[in-house]
This record gives sequence, structure tokens and C-alpha cells, in this order.
Amino acid sequence: MRLEPVANPSLARLLGFPAVALALTVLIGSALAMTAGADPFATLGLILRGAAGSQFALLETLNRATPLIFTGLAVAVAFRARLWNIGAEAQLYAGAVMTVLLGTGALGWPSGLLWPAMAGAAMLTGALVLLGPAILKVRFGVDEVVTTLLFNFVVLLFVSMLLEGPLKDPMGMGWPQSPRLVPEARLPRIVEGLRLHWGFALGLIAAVLVWLIQTRTTLGYEMRAVGLNRQAAEFAGIPVGRVILKTALLSGGLAALAGFSEVAGLKGNLTLDISPGFGYTGIIVAMLALLHPLGVVVTAIFVAGVFVGADSMSRAAGVPTYIANIMLATALLTMVLAIQLSRFRVKWG
Amino acid sequence: MAEILDILLSASFWAAVIRIASPLIFATMGELICERAGVLNLGIEGIMVAGAFAGWMAVYFGLGLWTGVAVAMGAGMLFGLLHATLTVPFGLSQHVVGLGITLLATAAAYFAYRLALPRVTTPPRIEAFQPLPIPYLSDLPIIGHALFTQTPLTYLAFALVGAVSLILYRTPLGLAVRAAGENPAAVEAQGLSVTAIRMGAVMVGSGLMAVGGAFLTMSAFNSFFFEMINGRGWICIALVVFGAWMPGKALLGAVLFGIFDAFQIRLQQTALGADIPYQVFLMLPFLLSILALVVMSRRAAVPAALMVPYSKGER
Repeated sequence: MRLEPVANPSLARLLGFPAVALALTVLIGSALAMTAGADPFATLGLILRGAAGSQFALLETLNRATPLIFTGLAVAVAFRARLWNIGAEAQLYAGAVMTVLLGTGALGWPSGLLWPAMAGAAMLTGALVLLGPAILKVRFGVDEVVTTLLFNFVVLLFVSMLLEGPLKDPMGMGWPQSPRLVPEARLPRIVEGLRLHWGFALGLIAAVLVWLIQTRTTLGYEMRAVGLNRQAAEFAGIPVGRVILKTALLSGGLAALAGFSEVAGLKGNLTLDISPGFGYTGIIVAMLALLHPLGVVVTAIFVAGVFVGADSMSRAAGVPTYIANIMLATALLTMVLAIQLSRFRVKWG
Repeated sequence: MAEILDILLSASFWAAVIRIASPLIFATMGELICERAGVLNLGIEGIMVAGAFAGWMAVYFGLGLWTGVAVAMGAGMLFGLLHATLTVPFGLSQHVVGLGITLLATAAAYFAYRLALPRVTTPPRIEAFQPLPIPYLSDLPIIGHALFTQTPLTYLAFALVGAVSLILYRTPLGLAVRAAGENPAAVEAQGLSVTAIRMGAVMVGSGLMAVGGAFLTMSAFNSFFFEMINGRGWICIALVVFGAWMPGKALLGAVLFGIFDAFQIRLQQTALGADIPYQVFLMLPFLLSILALVVMSRRAAVPAALMVPYSKGER
């Protein structure tokens, strides 16, 4: 078989294949629910209700979406320039550590100064974590996929070491957790009484800013050019190496904001399980959004909804919660295939 | 110093080296075959989880050990087929598909585990592969115990390296696989199908990765834990680069890694190790892998068409 580009894909073609992909995902979810001995319609209904069935559920979904917006943006920015940053998990933890270092009383500043200081320092730390693999890529040609993946383990062990050593909460009853942030360091709720913190709003702002950078600045243009065709970009006089390093700084910084927002907004302290793989899930979020920064917000909420919904369904119907991961992996694989099929026609023989 | 020497001279140390290296050898050979044919398989981590689970589960439900290995291999090949279908004929991003497969295979294994054993807190054990001392050779001092008192799967791992070398460099099939990774147009000109070769390589390679995972649940240990693979798949990808895409050198890398890992475990228990947080020791294998990548990248012989989808009639 061969793939032939479709010159002017029709609207039916552009929407039809992704719709089939989504249907396939739901179908597989139903089949899994049935193997677990549950009624598929009831299961999907419970997932939907658990994700968006009440004000509480919806806010829970938006809270879960917040770190995913940041890691999704981090991945989208990097992948657009073909920098394969699989290390958002490490950058998230780096940002979280910095937030704890500054937010537990080291600086006696008012909130107005403390928040930007913590966010800025977190971004810088995350950026530096990705800068290492990016330099290795540009300077020595070391594949960043493997280095960023391996760094995730190194950073997580480092955080574990900190939480059992210098960062350990003396009042924590021996648990490996950091002390709590001072009240001035905590991000308040957007609306008093509703369980949603300013981290979510920061995520929306970040998405718009990234979109502006990508569409309105020279750097954005250069990042796209490097991603589309590195040789051509080089030929056109774009400093490819430097663009990749700048992309790495931006991407690492965005992922670190997820750590900042989780610690300062949601949890109030740092534990080793603050991210159940938000860094990796960011890849699904970014791919489903076709790497578009504003799309990331939508897909982050969708992905968060599947997780929150599956958690609540699992408690009610007894279907293992890993059904969410299977459905999202299916959505990822079928969606990239659908996008390809909407742009190319399959010719047999 | 005397402590370190004691460690290096003990037979149990070298036995541990080989035991640690064995699953890595299977998975590294699997990844090497995929990459030699031009396909980067980032599904490795998840496929190892799936293999570890499938083989163990099969034995738990009463099948024989070797049947369990076959079940693991079959599970791996199934995920390999999915990977290959998406990346080879459809030419999708090997990065994205590979990570997607890792997610899918891991989640599928965990889902199936929870489904099969809903209420267990400690995973049940199976009767795993037992050491099979080779007559006479196992009586040699130190290396006799280390090399020739291992389980049959370990012997298979070492034999596999020879077989992969032989097939890659001495048979027309191996030539076709290597050519598919270097110059696919030339393969097509010979009247062979690049698609078929690449898909076959990815399926076989994925099957071997799964056996690597199964080694952990069926030979090194005797039950299945979440997070059991714990980055071993990613380390194997680094080992392929370290071995410059050659089976023999990759084997050397896996054994070196085994030496290092077994050494750090024993160092933790010495007086020196008591002063250093254990996380530092656990970090070292990952840092070492990164260092190896940096050192080797200068003279790496990357297959020219690695990660380049092939489309017939295009140039």
C-alpha cells in the first residue's frame, strides 16, 4: 500500500476520521467494561457523570486539568520544534522543589512579590533541567528522547532524597513530605467557596501567551521552521541550535509551572506522589490538541475528565481505574492515525 | 578497599551480574533488531511490562514455564504488530506511537492484573525457573557458579546474542534487515518489500522485549509487581546506542551495566554505603546510561534510515 496526499481534503474527510477514532475509543472502553462484568452504557455514563455531572465533579476535573495544561503546553512547544521533550515529569518536580524552597518561609515577602518570585524561580529550574539534554542534543548529537526519559528517574530519586533529608517536614510524623507553604505563598481560590485555585487561570494565561509567541514573534516563526525542516531552516540562516535551546528553556519552564501550581495552589506541600504521571500525560494532551496551545486547554480538560470520571466510576462500578489509561492511549493512537488518513489517501498495490 | 575486593571476588556477585544483565540482553536485542530495520521502538518499556505480566499470569493459571515464555512473546508480538502497522505502512511518528504503545501496554497489563486478582494485596507467587547447573563447567571456581549455575532463560539470552549476530551478518535475511535500515530504496530495487521486512523485525523485536520482561517475573523473581520494569526499557535503548547497533557490543554494555548495578547494591550495605543516601546509588545506573550515550554519540553508527518512514516510489 501507498499513501497519496489529498490536495484539498473535504470537511467530511477532516472531521470523519477523527470522529471514527473517538468512536473506536468509546467502543474499546465499552468492551473493557464488559470484560470487567459491568454494563458498558452504565459505565460510560458513570464516567461522564463523575467528570461533569455536578459542580463538585466539574471543579475536580478543572483542578486535575490544571497541571495537564502546563505539561501539555510544554510538550506542544517542544514537539512543534521537533525537540522530543519526554521529561516534563522531571521538570514538574524541579519546579515543585523550588516552590517549596522559597514558599516555606525562606522569604518573608508579601504574596504580591512571593508568587512571581516562586513561579519565576520554578520556571528557571525547570528550564535548566531541560537545558542539559538540549545542550547534549545540539552539541554532541545525543538523542534527547532517551536522555529526558532517563532524567525523569534521576530527578524523582533526587526529590525522594530531599524529602527524606533536608526538605523533610520535622512535623510530618516521619512521612517523606516537605513542610507546608506559608499562607502568603498559597494561591487563593478564584471564587471564594469554590474549590478551584488561581493555578487554573494561570494555565489559561500561559496558553494564550504561548499562542502569541508562536504566531506573533520571530522566535515562534523560527521554532516552527526548525520543526518543519531543520536543513531548510539552517539554509535560510536560522540559528537552529540556538532556537532549540530557547525552545527547551520555554518548554522546561512551562512544565515546571505545573509543579508550582500543584504545590502552591492545590496541595500546599510536596510529596513524592504529587504527579501521577502528569508529565507523560502531557504528551497525550499535546498530541490530541495537534500541538495547538489553545487546543491544549480543551484536551487537558477532556483528558482530566476521563481520569476523574474513571476514578469515580471505579469506586461505584468496580471496573479497574486503569480503563482510563487504556482509553486515552487508544485515543492517542487512533487520533494520530485519523489525522494521517484525513490528509493522505491509501492506495493498495 | 578490602571490602570492594571482597565484593569483586565473590561468586554471588558475578552470578548477580549475569542475572541483572539477562533481561536487558533480551530487550536490547529486541530493540536492536527494530532499529537495525529502521524503526525506533519506544514501546519497549510497556511491552516489557506486558511480557512480565502475560508470562507470569499464564504460569499462574497452570500453564508450563516455557508455554508462559511463549505467551509473553506472543503478547509482545501483538503490540509489535500494532506498533509496526502504525509506523511502517502508515508512516506515523515513531516517537508518538512508541510512547502510546508503552502507555497502552502498561495500562492493559495493570487492568488485566486488577481484573484477574481484584482483592489481593501481596501478589501470588509462581514456581519460577530454577538454576540449571551445567555439568563440569559449573564446578569451575567463581565463574563456574556465576556463568553456569543460571536458569535456562539466561543461557537462552546469551545464545540469542550469537543467533542475532549470525542472522544479521551472515544470512540474506539479516542483510535485508540491515539494508531496510540503511537504504530502503535498494531493498525495494531487489524486489523485496521494505514494509514486510520492517514489520517482521518490529514484531520479532517486540517479542524479545516481552521475554526480557518475563525474565523478571519468571526467573529473577517469582511474582508480578507494578512499577517492576522501572525504566529498564529506556536503559535498553541507551544500551543499543552504547553498543553502536552491534549485538556483541550491546551484550558487553549489558554486562557492564550488570557489574555496575550489582556493585552499587552491595556497596549500599558497606560502611561507606551507610553514610550516603540510598537514592544516590539508585540514581547511578541512570546517570551512567546518560554518560555512556554522551561518550558513544561521537562515533555512533546510526542506521541511516532510522526513524525515516519509507514510501514506495518516493526518493
